[in-house]
Amino acid sequence: MTDVFVYDAVRTPRGRGKKDGSLHEVPAVRLGAKVLEAVRDRNNINTANVDDIIFGCVDPVGEAGSVIPRSAAFEARYDNKAPGIQLSRFCASGLDAINLGAAKIAGGSDELVIAGGVESMSRVGMGMSGGAWFMDPSVGLPGYFVPQGVSADLIATKYGFSRDDVDAYAVESQKRAANAWEKGWFKNSVVPIKDQNGLTILDHDEHMRPSTDMQSLASLNPSFVMPGEMGGFNAVAIQRHPEVEAINHVHHAGNSSGIVDGAAAVLLGSKEGGAKIGAKPRARIKAFTNIGSEPAIMLTGPVDVTEKLLERAGMQLSDIDLFELNEAFASVVLRYMQAFDIPHDKINVNGGAIAMGHPLGATGAMIFGTVLDELERRDLNTALVTLCIGAGMGTATIIERV
Amino acid sequence: MADYKNFTVETDADGIALVTWDMPDRSMNVFTEEVMDELDKIIDQVVADDAVKGAVITSGKDTFSGGADLTMLNKMLGIFQKEQANDPEAAMKMLFDGAGRMSWLWRKLETCGKPWVSAINGVCMGGAFELSLACHGRVAADSAKVKMALPEVKVGIFPGAGGTQRVPRLADPQSALQMLTSGQNLSPKKAKGMNLIHEIAAPDKLIETAKGLIKNGLKPVQPWDEKGFKLPGGPVYSAAGANLWPPAIAILRRETYGNYPNAAAILKCAYEGLLVPFDTALKIEQRYFTEILRSTEAAMMIRSLFISLQELNKGARRPEGVKPTKFSKIGVLGAGFMGAGIAFVTAKAGIPVVLLDRDTASAEKGKAHSAGLMDGAIKKGRATEDEKEKLLSLITPTDDYAQLDGCDLVIEAVFEDSEVKKSATEKTEAVIADGAIFASNTSTIPISGLAKNSKRPDKFIGIHFFSPVDKMMLVEIILGEKTEDKALATAIDYVRAIKKTPIVVNDTRGFYVNRCVLRYMSEAFKMLIEGVPPAMIENAAKMAGMPVGPLALTDETAIDLAQKIMKQTIRDMGEAAVDPKQFELINTMVDTHGRQGRKNGKGFYDYPAKPAKKHLWPELKTLYKQQDADSIDVEELKQRFLVVIALEAARVMEEGIVTDPREADVGSILAFGFAPYTGGALSYIDGMGVKTFVALAEKLGGKYGKEFDVPKLLKDMAAKGETFYQRFDPYSKKQAA
Repeated sequence: MTDVFVYDAVRTPRGRGKKDGSLHEVPAVRLGAKVLEAVRDRNNINTANVDDIIFGCVDPVGEAGSVIPRSAAFEARYDNKAPGIQLSRFCASGLDAINLGAAKIAGGSDELVIAGGVESMSRVGMGMSGGAWFMDPSVGLPGYFVPQGVSADLIATKYGFSRDDVDAYAVESQKRAANAWEKGWFKNSVVPIKDQNGLTILDHDEHMRPSTDMQSLASLNPSFVMPGEMGGFNAVAIQRHPEVEAINHVHHAGNSSGIVDGAAAVLLGSKEGGAKIGAKPRARIKAFTNIGSEPAIMLTGPVDVTEKLLERAGMQLSDIDLFELNEAFASVVLRYMQAFDIPHDKINVNGGAIAMGHPLGATGAMIFGTVLDELERRDLNTALVTLCIGAGMGTATIIERV
Repeated sequence: MADYKNFTVETDADGIALVTWDMPDRSMNVFTEEVMDELDKIIDQVVADDAVKGAVITSGKDTFSGGADLTMLNKMLGIFQKEQANDPEAAMKMLFDGAGRMSWLWRKLETCGKPWVSAINGVCMGGAFELSLACHGRVAADSAKVKMALPEVKVGIFPGAGGTQRVPRLADPQSALQMLTSGQNLSPKKAKGMNLIHEIAAPDKLIETAKGLIKNGLKPVQPWDEKGFKLPGGPVYSAAGANLWPPAIAILRRETYGNYPNAAAILKCAYEGLLVPFDTALKIEQRYFTEILRSTEAAMMIRSLFISLQELNKGARRPEGVKPTKFSKIGVLGAGFMGAGIAFVTAKAGIPVVLLDRDTASAEKGKAHSAGLMDGAIKKGRATEDEKEKLLSLITPTDDYAQLDGCDLVIEAVFEDSEVKKSATEKTEAVIADGAIFASNTSTIPISGLAKNSKRPDKFIGIHFFSPVDKMMLVEIILGEKTEDKALATAIDYVRAIKKTPIVVNDTRGFYVNRCVLRYMSEAFKMLIEGVPPAMIENAAKMAGMPVGPLALTDETAIDLAQKIMKQTIRDMGEAAVDPKQFELINTMVDTHGRQGRKNGKGFYDYPAKPAKKHLWPELKTLYKQQDADSIDVEELKQRFLVVIALEAARVMEEGIVTDPREADVGSILAFGFAPYTGGALSYIDGMGVKTFVALAEKLGGKYGKEFDVPKLLKDMAAKGETFYQRFDPYSKKQAA
């Protein structure tokens, strides 16, 4: 099979995903257009050579509907020959876009692919695409649907993470993200969003709260008591994990991923594809895969998919220099570290979504770029990127520098 | 107008037809084939007759209707099963058409072009309420007698004649789903508040009000047949819908543990139906209804919870030829918790009670229990001060045996000690008439032994209540070796009088119910010892369908009582009769940790002060090395609970302790809540097939010990392909007797 190389990775800054967020004035499609423009301009691509644009988008409705990468390509003035496809695997969509692009290149159908994702959570809103998963009794009953926050609290309960444990993790995420921004480690990949006059709308991740400490987090009430108890979801979680007597609700806004707006894009290609545009490869996509996992606890898929992927790639945990696991909730990362005995200094080393936010469809591509930058900065070789996923799934990708 | 057997139709001067439903040979109107045929004709007649402007339907009886005759469904299923062997597809189509008959008849009524009003004069259940919902106008009489409900969910089926579609198109969706999935009764006020009826009228103005609606130009079109109809809760896929459906699904699972396909079908019908036009919605409901009718759960629940329960309540086991007993006075010996409870339920049935104890103060204290219960009921609005006074006036507390003179029945509920009981029996028999019956409420001492204290063992019987007496609906009637029909008939008459369900059990240690309950608890002790996490034990039992976890149940009955029973068993039957590991567990709990159960606030659970909830004693996990939770087969834990109880029930049948499978089934559900969706401990076996059950028990026996030994009876039944209801056919026996 053809080798797949990574030539570039960019992302927008992440705007607070509310009406007062800086990117709320920017249409979703424009966020996508901005990263497409950046990839083109940074690499001097003749966009007629782009075989596909694959964007993850979790709520592709309203202004984000109708194949948003195709629309973004129009706004970015790409050549008509560059087609677009939108996909969703919930929170891993951005990484799955990369994996699908890699598969197309490896399989020989494409030479040059731009893969990434976009989500304007302030403008479209989470859950706006609806779905039988949680609405249809014929699905929700056998699928043991519970909201993700209850799943995250179930993980904490089942695997023994206290409120202090998850809060301490969150404090560290904020610290690391602030440090990385301060040292300029994200500078190469973050493309500031500017208006049509060249004026900057946003040039940094505005969800961050670097001053967060244990005390400030302690003042927050857990967020998922109501749905858990009144909504019946704790009972559903317990029926699937009956060794649990009662759910310990530990998650709140401060130790869960932030709701933000943003987009990201990664330039992938075969050796020939890269040669066509005269770009130098930064990394190779070594392996990737997906898995389905138990849906009530939902967010432990990264553990399952990592086991599967390492086995398929014939690799050991010790072969991985850095891990990047989306910080959907603090307990997700703590469980992953516990399951594989991974020290904190090898995972999410520059913070994550708890500090900087999680623009659902884009995050996979964002953290992919983050860890690639960090491999280069530390001059390390191999990284594993993974995300937990709604309805109980996992996606993971291993990259190595070339 | 034509003549009908079950209806009269009279058209008044205003051209309004009054259709009065009054079945000649029944105390309550129910839907039969014939009733539906006649209604079909009446609709045609109303439409065809130009002089008729509209119709009001009401009942000529005290009640409106009890709904469908469930035996009709049973018959339909019987025909289906027979036909299936010949032509499966035709059989299925026939069942489908039959399942939809009532639904499409109501649809015909509501689209017939002339206005219909239902005048609900009394209890209006199931199909009858669905008929009312199909009427364009609904008026209920302002009376406590009027109760409306769609109670089908309680017997394994669901409202399949448009109920799942019309209710959520009228009421706000949350209360609609709650009403449909709980089967709750609605008062006229509540029904009006939910928008399910239009008006409430004084009982004597009911028909007038109903006719008034038509005179005032009631439109013969339902809201959902109007252009631009909007669902009361807004579209399914909306912000409101997203707040409604996910929790509705979760709460259904919380309440049913996924064990009741009929309850799930209600949500499915409503969800799918609300997304499509009304006729399509009815078709969807019909498909689900057909599916649910074919389910094992429906067959088992209809049989046990409707047919058998009714038969037992009517005294199915009462010997024929004994005159019914009218109770003028009943004696209760012992005013402790049980005796006081028995006095309460007896007085509640309007029967005078003599409540006797060692001294008047103790007897008075027993009477105060009734006062307390009535105060609680008054607080909840379920009783009045008058009712309380009347009830209390029926209870005479005393320490004087002479007061028992004139009692038709005396129930002994004194301390579980043979000597104490002997003395109570002798003192009573010195006073009561020769024909009076003496009953013991013992739960541990065989009746035949106690009957030796009696001068007339033929009139000596066991009437075994469960605690708390006011809540528990089952009563075991225990026959001693010499007990005769008169005693049995009197005991059954008494249990019927207090509106509980009797089952007749032959004498043995533990009778029927307690034998099964002990197995349930013991299996949990074994799991604890194996290192199954305690919460998983409790949850698995509830997921299997049991109402109370076995550890919580042990706490309720007291762990030191379990210890006493074990010690007694060892004394009576030797060391080998008790599993030493379980004995050690109980001894450790009681002797080392002082954990006696709920009564001292320390059992398998801790009982912190309210409002904190009880929670499992954290140290419990440290008594045994815990297994990895994810590697435990929870399905197997669930099976162990149900199978171990069902095996005990089968042994009880084998030994001839219980002889009628209806009693074993209904008894298991009423006494200890045996997974109602199975239809009871024996129907659980029948439902999966004896052969499958034997294989399952043998599989479990290979891993979990001799409790799972399969009795010969079951092996024999498996070989012959018999079910309990075939081998112990309750109906053929009656004919034989």
